[in-house]
Amino acid sequence: MSTTEETLNEAPVGPRGVQDSFNDYLTRIRGGDVGALPAIAGLIALVIVFTILSGDKFTNAFNFANLILQGSAIAVYAMGLVFVLLIGEIDLSAGYAGGVCAAILGLLMTDHGVNWVLALAVALASGAFIGLCIGLWVAKLGVPSFVVTLAAFLGFQGLLLIMTGAGGTIAYRNNAILAIMNKNMPLWLGWAFAVVAIASYAGLGLWRQVGRARAGLPTPSTLVWALKSGAFAVVLVAVTAYLSKERSRNVLLASLKGVPIVVPIVGALLVGLSFLLTKTAWGRHVYAVGGNAEAARRAGIAVSWVRISCFMMCSTLACIGGVLLASRTNSVNPNTGGTSTLLYAVGAAVIGGTSLFGGKGRVLDAILGASVVAVIDNGMTLLAQPQGRVYMITGVVLLVAASVDAISRRRAAASGRV
Amino acid sequence: MTVTDTERPVPATGTPLLSLRGIEKSFGAVHVLQGVDFDIHPGKVIALVGDNGAGKSTLIKGIAGIHAFDKGEYHFEGSPVHVHSPRDANSLGIEVVYQDLALCDNLDVVHNMFLGREQKKLGLLDESTMEQKARTTLDGLSVRTLSSVRTLVASLSGGQRQTVAIARAVLWNSKVVILDEPTAALGVAQTEQVLALVRRLADRGLGVALISHNLNDVFQVADEIAVLYLGSMVAKVAVKDVTPNQVVELITTGRAGGRDDLRTTKEAGA
Repeated sequence: MSTTEETLNEAPVGPRGVQDSFNDYLTRIRGGDVGALPAIAGLIALVIVFTILSGDKFTNAFNFANLILQGSAIAVYAMGLVFVLLIGEIDLSAGYAGGVCAAILGLLMTDHGVNWVLALAVALASGAFIGLCIGLWVAKLGVPSFVVTLAAFLGFQGLLLIMTGAGGTIAYRNNAILAIMNKNMPLWLGWAFAVVAIASYAGLGLWRQVGRARAGLPTPSTLVWALKSGAFAVVLVAVTAYLSKERSRNVLLASLKGVPIVVPIVGALLVGLSFLLTKTAWGRHVYAVGGNAEAARRAGIAVSWVRISCFMMCSTLACIGGVLLASRTNSVNPNTGGTSTLLYAVGAAVIGGTSLFGGKGRVLDAILGASVVAVIDNGMTLLAQPQGRVYMITGVVLLVAASVDAISRRRAAASGRV
Repeated sequence: MTVTDTERPVPATGTPLLSLRGIEKSFGAVHVLQGVDFDIHPGKVIALVGDNGAGKSTLIKGIAGIHAFDKGEYHFEGSPVHVHSPRDANSLGIEVVYQDLALCDNLDVVHNMFLGREQKKLGLLDESTMEQKARTTLDGLSVRTLSSVRTLVASLSGGQRQTVAIARAVLWNSKVVILDEPTAALGVAQTEQVLALVRRLADRGLGVALISHNLNDVFQVADEIAVLYLGSMVAKVAVKDVTPNQVVELITTGRAGGRDDLRTTKEAGA
């Protein structure tokens, strides 16, 4: 207990100041743990640039709602990919797996007249089954996930082509499924969701605070909690208020206001999946397998099962993403979940701060990254830029994000965080 | 005899916690362990030494249940047991701290200490209880080198990591802790800390087996030395009865010059 590095003072027990919390955060960033910072900074920068370049065309409520609809499917796909990236694997087939599941839903509802709830359950089960097959192949046979899912990518592309058949599309006619991406909640319901979300966020934070204090553990200052809850409330109220504005170009033709129905769905997925990852033993095991699979095995964790379950999670979420895409276009076509969907989703997860090396990432990363991708796509389209340039810019942003990950790892190694 | 009900029965001195007799293990044609006897006593540190390939790792992997022995008796607290998986060993109270530590860099100290055996409340992780227990365990081992149990293991030094790995091993009221080369990658000051920690484990009444190539460490902390040579236990001696040179000779040749009595120690202990 002689070296200065080793003699560390006892951790202070009891409430800690805002200054302490802020210093901890700075230390983490300097140590190479940048977290969501690049994504948030990038998002703010992009919004400022597009606001200057396109003005009201970019910032108006209609475009804001549009942006949410464009980004939500990518966000859900990206959430699924976070799970496989966390264990250091990849799922290239997620895009078309979602397309196939959306096609299953469409065929059951439209051609066979199955009730939409039942059809959706079957589609989700198909997604889970696809993940099970991929997971078994990877975890039990030991074939690299890159190859397995590349094969699955080709296979599902073909399957989707066959399922959509000669007509080329499977139409969605069910109102409930179509409403997800095309309808808004009544104003009062939007506000109700916002209030419940703010109350839950603040309440859970306070509950955790009190629990830790009662257990005699170091707790962050109450002021930090108040600031966080306040910021959350301000953002949510602002977004809800903006979406509650009339955004129809011709009010006489159709009124268009309220929070899109997809928002609470994505929000519920965010909360539920974050809960799974951070509050359950399974979630802890996912991080352990991604961090050091051998250590996890020796600790008695069923590593294969954790791997398989992550692939199942990814494909099931891909199914939801596919249904969102189809709901937006009112039909499934051979390109649903194809073209750039998967690459945008992987890009979104990485831009948000999920590491391709495994063991690091959050569900929230998917939302942040998807927002960046959606803003680039939306903003550049408004500027009448050709799709080619949109892809090129998105590629550059992805490269920057992956480089930030790699550089922060080097920094982490340099600061003694192996 | 004035033993009350509340007192924990303390095994009589001389009764080993863990006792192996006539252990045989082969990998294909290679006969790795040949009739090995090995005892771990409560409150004692026994050092297991031997050259590379002598069978040290095979012996501890067998004890830990990673691979079963082919032949031989395995007794724990006096009764025969069957240990076929790490879980079997853990449930008996046997913990192994491996050379490569087996910690997850991306998780914090508490998460690592409870990895695979998380405490739950209503099916959810009980972080407060785990943090308290981790802290209590570290304090009980007089560990003062960790500022926060919520630090990521990635940011810890080698000695601190070793401390976490050892603390994880004693967290579960374990009775036997086996340490594989705990000081191999450490500096001088950190080695001192870890050896002091090893000694404290034995002083708390645990049976400790220490595998090491470093005879300085062995002579500093161990009570007994067991020497494996080409799969046979060639000597089992009290530290005070030998010199480092004699141990080196035992490790390299299987014999101690002028000390034929060392060979008989094995028979005497059996």
